[in-house]
Amino acid sequence: MAYSEKVIDHYENPRNVGSFDKNDPSIATGMVGAPACGDVMKLQLKINEDGIIEDAKFKTYGCGSAIASSSLVTEWVKGKTIEQAGEITNTTIAEELELPPVKIHCSILAEDAIKAAIDDYKKKKES
Amino acid sequence: MNHFELFGLPVNFELDSASLATTYRELQRTLHPDKFANGSERERLLAVQKSSQVNDAYSTLKSPIQRAEYILAVCHEDIRGEQQTLQDPMFLMQQMEQHERLEDIPHAADPEQEIADFDDELSLSIKQYLQEFSQLVSIEHYHDAANVVRKLKFVYKLQTQLSTLEDSLLDY
Repeated sequence: MAYSEKVIDHYENPRNVGSFDKNDPSIATGMVGAPACGDVMKLQLKINEDGIIEDAKFKTYGCGSAIASSSLVTEWVKGKTIEQAGEITNTTIAEELELPPVKIHCSILAEDAIKAAIDDYKKKKES
Repeated sequence: MNHFELFGLPVNFELDSASLATTYRELQRTLHPDKFANGSERERLLAVQKSSQVNDAYSTLKSPIQRAEYILAVCHEDIRGEQQTLQDPMFLMQQMEQHERLEDIPHAADPEQEIADFDDELSLSIKQYLQEFSQLVSIEHYHDAANVVRKLKFVYKLQTQLSTLEDSLLDY
């Protein structure tokens, strides 16, 4: 199976790899895994007081498509409000990266990672 | 007829792998093409079909993870081919740490020992999850049992990656 050029670019030069301190109140952490392939993804968002995502970092253990999906998402969410980020769907990720049907679950993983991070942010704000 | 019925077994996770192998050989003997040399074309065809069904059943039943997934499917909790994600922060955090540990092995002072220790831990964890699965199935908690299998798949993946790493680091 051939990867698209966009996937290869993100895989070879992943954007925003790394971690923030998960105990920092402005940091939201989303952890998701895909049982089908055993891929694990951690997405962290740095959110300011206006609810704008200022920065994002990821760490993914998985195939090229999973790494590309998370790398792409860290670029897309920057500057967005959490509501706007929550509207990113796996379909738009899969279209941008030209993922074949067998790799759609990688884009689902990235979408769910954003949602999990937003949930974590809301929980942190309540407490 | 499901795989268990084909082997004359109840739908149960616990099974004796030696007697499974014996039944497999007996079944294949009765279905051997030589037995149907004088049979009609229809009989020969049916024997070939049944023989391939027996092969499928045997390879599914002898593998603990495949057997577990098959039991879930028989009990209307099919997770094969699902695209759903797992969101269990504690478990996933542990997965992240284990992947980091895997990454560090090539730089360890004694990678061979590190690989052996890690493999032991993963095997123990697999054993515990399989016991938990077996217990949940026996009390018909299929939904919870499915979550155990989802976790197991991550642990098996780690073990496969560990063995690939071992092959690449050590010259055999």
